[in-house]
Amino acid sequence: MLCVTLMDGKARPWPVIGPIQLLSATNPHQLPSSIAKEDEHLLVAAAKRGDGAAFEELVNRYERKIFRLTMNITRNREDAEDAMQDAFLKSYSHLKDFQEDSRFYTWLVRIAANEALMRLRKRRPNQFSLDEPIEGDEDLMPRELQDWGPSPEQRFAQTEMHEILSDVIDKLEPDFRVVFVLRDIEELSTEETAKTLGISVPAVKSRLLRARLKLRQKLDRYFRQGRTN
Amino acid sequence: MNCKGVIREISNYIDGALEPAEKQELEGHLEHCEDCKIVVDQTKLTVDVFCDSEPVELPGDVRIRLHEALRRKLSEKTQ
Repeated sequence: MLCVTLMDGKARPWPVIGPIQLLSATNPHQLPSSIAKEDEHLLVAAAKRGDGAAFEELVNRYERKIFRLTMNITRNREDAEDAMQDAFLKSYSHLKDFQEDSRFYTWLVRIAANEALMRLRKRRPNQFSLDEPIEGDEDLMPRELQDWGPSPEQRFAQTEMHEILSDVIDKLEPDFRVVFVLRDIEELSTEETAKTLGISVPAVKSRLLRARLKLRQKLDRYFRQGRTN
Repeated sequence: MNCKGVIREISNYIDGALEPAEKQELEGHLEHCEDCKIVVDQTKLTVDVFCDSEPVELPGDVRIRLHEALRRKLSEKTQ
């Protein structure tokens, strides 16, 4: 019987599903919520030993976040789905190469980001380039400033807020968007972001500054004091 | 530090990546420049709302296709 050793040191039987006896697609396997996030390295270790259930648990944990990432980069549902699927399949194929010097999730984000970037470049070959120099400082100065009032994020229901964020990030140029997504949403370090995108640290910083200022400006029309929706 | 300098350093300030002397200079400017204070606060909030947003549920059909592909892959490995 397959077992997994949890943080309390007790070995418990893994729910019996091997790669042969797999689950139905309409009822994906869920492990008990008692398995804490800190057990990620145990799941990775089990998956490396060929435990399909352990890998499927990792997928269950991160599928929403990875889909958000690929969707945020590609802004195309079909591409986002393909990129997510390939990212999980490739991460399984290359699991033995994962050195565990970073979190599994960070490693997965880098694979997924590359899959998404590949599709973005294919779909917009002339509109997306991280190599092009960015314009000077002149356009950065915000104009017509107005207070957003206290807690503008609480004035909107969660669904509305999702729509607002999706709308403003959709309108951000791809070369700024990918940097913002990796750095501020996925919380990769500046160095990890640079490595993932194959650009320099100063290039990440410069694009991040512009992305943040542009998004502030785009959110302004929603968040200005007095607006409720 | 003038307004342009604040805008140029706003990201480093938000990330806590400024040297103490630069940080002090920037904060000194914010004390008497209401516009820059608004920009700094709103830019910080912009990062926070994105960072704090929870991912939405994976669409059902997307999830089904993902897990079907995964199972095919897992089956291959055992054969």
